[in-house]
Amino acid sequence: MNTADLQTPLKRVRGLGSAKSGTHHFIVQRITAVALIPLVLWSIWLALMLLHADYVAAQALLQQPLNAVLMIAFVLALFWHAQLGLQVVIEDYVHTRWREITLQVAVKFLCVLGALACALAVVRIALGK
Amino acid sequence: MSETITPESARPLSPHIQIYRWQIQMVTSILHRATGVALAVGSIMVCALLLALAAGPYPYEAVRGFCGSGLGLFLLLGWTWSLCYHLLNGIRHLLHDAGMGFGIAQFIRAGWISVIGSFVLTALIWACVFARGGVA
Repeated sequence: MNTADLQTPLKRVRGLGSAKSGTHHFIVQRITAVALIPLVLWSIWLALMLLHADYVAAQALLQQPLNAVLMIAFVLALFWHAQLGLQVVIEDYVHTRWREITLQVAVKFLCVLGALACALAVVRIALGK
Repeated sequence: MSETITPESARPLSPHIQIYRWQIQMVTSILHRATGVALAVGSIMVCALLLALAAGPYPYEAVRGFCGSGLGLFLLLGWTWSLCYHLLNGIRHLLHDAGMGFGIAQFIRAGWISVIGSFVLTALIWACVFARGGVA
């Protein structure tokens, strides 16, 4: 028996909106935003530390376990938050359906690739060669 | 042509872009989006730096060299301000989400704090950069 059949159409759609996902996007956008507040402040400190660091000094800085973990957390939150934000911009301004879908998928792919590449780079730096 | 204020002319106009008066509420909203998109592009720089640092000394020095170039400095300055603005205005949005600061006066003041604060924060960060002897 399909339980969905027992719900009225109003019950099914209530609170889900046109995207059919309710407040999920809104909530994840805020959670990544809250995570990014301390991570961005830390990344500004790191950037200032890297100013006059040559290759060896820069590697040593990112090899510290705390910095490596925070950098991976930073890039994950960054690309997740970027995808959610760009999604809304595309939804608002791109009105040709095939263009919108193409852009949305491209942005998702690029953000996942960016996060994976950055995370792998940090692991490589942290573990040495 | 003399303008007499009639009930019709005293009515608010619809917000068409050419006749819409600029105000801090719309400026902060537009800037939040614009800086968000700029920062998404800036994530390429984060990627480039990390990948170069993982790849070896020569790629790393190449990225550092780019950061110290005229174009690199211009981009870094732009991204610094975008980051400061998006950070401060984002915190403002989170406070509004929590139900705070919805009085008109408070709302306008918070908008100005985001805009002015972003320039102050950018100046502070670049003061730190120059105190440490500049870029690269």
